[in-house]
Amino acid sequence: MNVLLRPIRNVGDRALGFLEFIGGLGYLLRDTAVSAPRGLLARRGRRVGWQNLWAQMVRVGVRSIPIVMLVLFCIGAILTLQMGPILKRYGALAEVADIISIATFRELGPLVSAIVLTGFAGASIAAEIGTMVVSEEIEALEAEAISPIRFLVLPRLIATTCMMICVAVVGDITGILGGLTVSHLVLRIGGHQYITHTFDAIKVRDFVTGLIKAGVFGTLISGLACYLGLGVTGGAQGVGVATTRTVVLTIVALISVDLLFTSTFYYFGW
Amino acid sequence: MPDAIQVLDVSKKFAGRTVLDGVRLDVIEGETLVILGGSGSGKSTLLRLMIGNLRCDGGDIIVHQSKSLASLSGLELDEYRKSIGVLFQSGALFNSMSVADNVALPLREHTDLPEETIEIMVKIKLELVDLREHADKMPAMLSGGMKKRAGLARAIALDPKILFYDEPSAGLDPVTSAEIDQLIIDLNRKLGVTSVVVTHEMDSAFRIADRMVLLDQGKFVAAGTAQQMRDSTDPLVHQFVHGLADGPLTDRRRAGGYELDLLGT
Repeated sequence: MNVLLRPIRNVGDRALGFLEFIGGLGYLLRDTAVSAPRGLLARRGRRVGWQNLWAQMVRVGVRSIPIVMLVLFCIGAILTLQMGPILKRYGALAEVADIISIATFRELGPLVSAIVLTGFAGASIAAEIGTMVVSEEIEALEAEAISPIRFLVLPRLIATTCMMICVAVVGDITGILGGLTVSHLVLRIGGHQYITHTFDAIKVRDFVTGLIKAGVFGTLISGLACYLGLGVTGGAQGVGVATTRTVVLTIVALISVDLLFTSTFYYFGW
Repeated sequence: MPDAIQVLDVSKKFAGRTVLDGVRLDVIEGETLVILGGSGSGKSTLLRLMIGNLRCDGGDIIVHQSKSLASLSGLELDEYRKSIGVLFQSGALFNSMSVADNVALPLREHTDLPEETIEIMVKIKLELVDLREHADKMPAMLSGGMKKRAGLARAIALDPKILFYDEPSAGLDPVTSAEIDQLIIDLNRKLGVTSVVVTHEMDSAFRIADRMVLLDQGKFVAAGTAQQMRDSTDPLVHQFVHGLADGPLTDRRRAGGYELDLLGT
């Protein structure tokens, strides 16, 4: 091929590959949505049982809570230490609570929780499903006329989405507590004053937009993990590649989608 | 006896490479047909086409005398899959479930039986493969032969009409392999099913086959009873069936362009 045309072809190939990836993920999410009524409402045995759902929720969510709390507490504290001196210069030290609360509820709580959950849930879902592909378990499900989408993807998607929302709420509260602790111990802002400022600053829409983001992030984490896990080829090495790709692509996707959300909310004044 | 499966000029390509090329064969109801072939001969692909996990690029597969697999909708394909059982090479047990839950899964998914009845049926199926006392074990705790037997118990859970076996003896010691072969023969007799076995193990093939089919490079080569295949004068059949080091299969490999590959010209 002409040397000059090669870069153009490479760009074209990558663009097509990206579109194929987005299309494949879209089909998976559509098929999961289609299988949801049967998966949730069918009689016992065929539906996604509470026991199965609960096990997934514990696996993807409950175990990640301590790490989310630790990370968001630290982020709340760091942000307070960074903002304190600047606000003090303008004589607005007490406003630190406003900044921490809005930043945490709208942005950092959902995003940081999602990044932690990507490591916990995304990687483990991709590795688990990828291993099932390698050991012919997915093929066996199909041969038994059992849809892998309903049987495997749906419970993981529901569990991750629900737990992402719960974990984000815990993360939000911990972030505020991190800010409160440093404000009280280092900046000498009274606890009551900090909490009053927090409640004054936070509107219901700040909380709701954060939770909407968290829900979408949860769907994105499990959707990508299941899609990349189901696409595993090449044995154990393929599982490793899928797991790494899941973590990297999910973090990129989370930040891109977050930007999209924040721009949209900004545009509409939410 | 009528045909349980008719494979009509089936072709399949992967990434432009032809894996099956106009294969034509019949599986007669009640028989055990062994599909033979070396690595890359297309025998496992043919099995995946017959169980509906892959779709043909050309030709068609007719099952139960009337249904064309190529034209089945998703729901019809699921109905067909409920009438067959498949034992995969690794057993393909669901590692997160106990042996009993593995066997119970198709019953829970596809029948309205109460849990007590399912438990009894699971015990019956496990007894058939001599694994009843291992019902509560997890797949990781089983040996290779036990995994295959558990996979077989799951495959027969819905009382299928046709059973497919993908390399049932692969990776097993000779004694366990002979046990699995005997199990295939016993199940065929007890359940009256049609069996399609994909293998390259000739000892196993001779023990279980009513008829054999040999594939090579995705093409049909020969078919016949075990005795007919053993006595065949076709050089390719003769070499494969008798496991000889010299013959057309190895000649072809030797003429694989080694000099060309080394010198790069």
